[in-house]
Amino acid sequence: MQALYAQLLVGLINGSFYALLSLGLAIIFGMLNIINFAHGALYMMGAFCAYFLLSVGGLSYWWALVLAPIVVGLFGILLERTMLQRLAGLDHLYGLLLTFGIALILQGVFQNYFGSSGLPYAIPDLLTGGVNLGFMYLPIYRGWVVIFSLAVCVATWFVIERTKFGAYLRAATENPTLVRAFGINVPRMIALTYGLGVGLAALAGVLSAPINQVRPLMGADLIIVVFAVVVIGGMGSIMGSIITGFTLGVIEGLTKYLYPEASNTVVFVLMVLVLLVKPTGLTGRAA
Amino acid sequence: MLERVRGDANSVQLRDHLAVEQLEAWYGDSHVLHGVQFKVRPGEVLTLLGRNGAGKTTILKSVMGIIGKRTGSIQFEGQDISRASSDRIARLGIAFCPEERGIFSSLDVRENLMLPPQVRDGGLSLDKIFDLFPNLKERLTSQGTKLSGGEQQMLAIARILRTGAKFLMLDEPTEGLAPVIILQIGELIKRLKLSGYTILLVEQNFRFASTLADRFCVVEHGRIIDQFEASELPANMEKLHQYLGV
Ligand SMILES: Nc1ncnc2c1ncn2[C@@H]1O[C@H](COP(=O)(O)OP(=O)(O)O)[C@@H](O)[C@H]1O
Ligand SMILES: [Mg+2]
Repeated sequence: MQALYAQLLVGLINGSFYALLSLGLAIIFGMLNIINFAHGALYMMGAFCAYFLLSVGGLSYWWALVLAPIVVGLFGILLERTMLQRLAGLDHLYGLLLTFGIALILQGVFQNYFGSSGLPYAIPDLLTGGVNLGFMYLPIYRGWVVIFSLAVCVATWFVIERTKFGAYLRAATENPTLVRAFGINVPRMIALTYGLGVGLAALAGVLSAPINQVRPLMGADLIIVVFAVVVIGGMGSIMGSIITGFTLGVIEGLTKYLYPEASNTVVFVLMVLVLLVKPTGLTGRAA
Repeated sequence: MLERVRGDANSVQLRDHLAVEQLEAWYGDSHVLHGVQFKVRPGEVLTLLGRNGAGKTTILKSVMGIIGKRTGSIQFEGQDISRASSDRIARLGIAFCPEERGIFSSLDVRENLMLPPQVRDGGLSLDKIFDLFPNLKERLTSQGTKLSGGEQQMLAIARILRTGAKFLMLDEPTEGLAPVIILQIGELIKRLKLSGYTILLVEQNFRFASTLADRFCVVEHGRIIDQFEASELPANMEKLHQYLGV
């Protein structure tokens, strides 16, 4: 049983990353109509940002949780203003190719300077150690990642579904022309939205640094699974992305316990099944 | 119930609230407006009449700045807006109620109502809005597109009255609605006019328009081919029937 709980925890942690990343992808897709292939590279940049803040600036993990999403988010806004913006109204394929190219460049640059092996990033003092829950041993940092990610996801959901800014965002996702004709600076909102989605990816990168180390290709590996998660969940819904992310993490963990050989493929098998039955994804709306 | 709109110092002296000259507009390669020319005086209801496809909606979209390409001169309160972006035009005080109403399905009624930001002082308060549109108050938490067609039209007008804009462009507000609702919308537009709003109205429903408008412009093939005052209406009926094919 210990092994089952351990795998479920791993699943929840992976699920946290899936949820944070697919949430950002869903927001970006809704507003920019772009499938952001650079998402994994920006997640990686979040982790590197934490690494530099500590090694160069002496700023702790807690600073990184705040600063890395802002820095990488601003970098995202720069990308949007200088490049992505020009693709407005074009076929998805262009955005996909451009962001894929950006991802390759970013990963290439980091690989050039830091190689492919991981740089260590220590767990912050406050979150070291673990607690024995009786039925399992819970490393505190891992518990923190799950709870914090969940809180960020819920907060993001709240902002989008329950606030004025969120109302603008939802409206502009539906009909940007009309929202603009009401006097709202929609281009600026689009840039901010991209920054927000990218910031969530960077946040996930910071959270993952103490668990998975900091590697230039850390996002490239992860993003493939995240895209499968997005396909399964569908692009249309915020809550759908969150729930699908966590659920698939757990399913992966369960598979690792029940039939480890399939643990790396289970998500893709599910993706194929969902595509066959409901091509818009479980919670998705027709495009 | 509706207070008179407080015009600012310069709009009182203004001869034309909106003056459009030599307006040309395109959808991609398709040239739709060919030198449109008309003026809207402060506080009047000007109605654009014309058959389907004549270019009435395109004229409104051009004024609002939501068309691919437009040239010519569009003066709003003496300021040229022919190159301005639509968000800037809205902030100058033009409010647009589109033909398809544009109620957002991912927003509830309250969010739809509160969406357009206030661009000037003197917009209607929520209380006044609910006085005018009691139905909306009952439906605040419903999904916007769950409302009936008439209620959606009310909502689409209500939300631009909140903004404080004194120049309203209404594109076929009665389209597809039941006669009793059309009457209500007519009453509303009369009240708005009495309280000093300037209204540029597009209508196919000539009978409806004739009870409201101070002046008419007839649009055909992307041009204004005729215009006359409401008082000249009887003398022009025959011509109008020809223009509109009724
Ligand atoms: N989005 C569009 N793309 C291309 N052509 C359009 C578009 N909208 C309208 N048109 C064309 O422009 C002309 C004027 O249309 P419109 O202004 O909507 O007419 P009206 O409102 O008077 O019925 C019509 O010939 C119509 O087919
Ligand atoms: Mg029209």
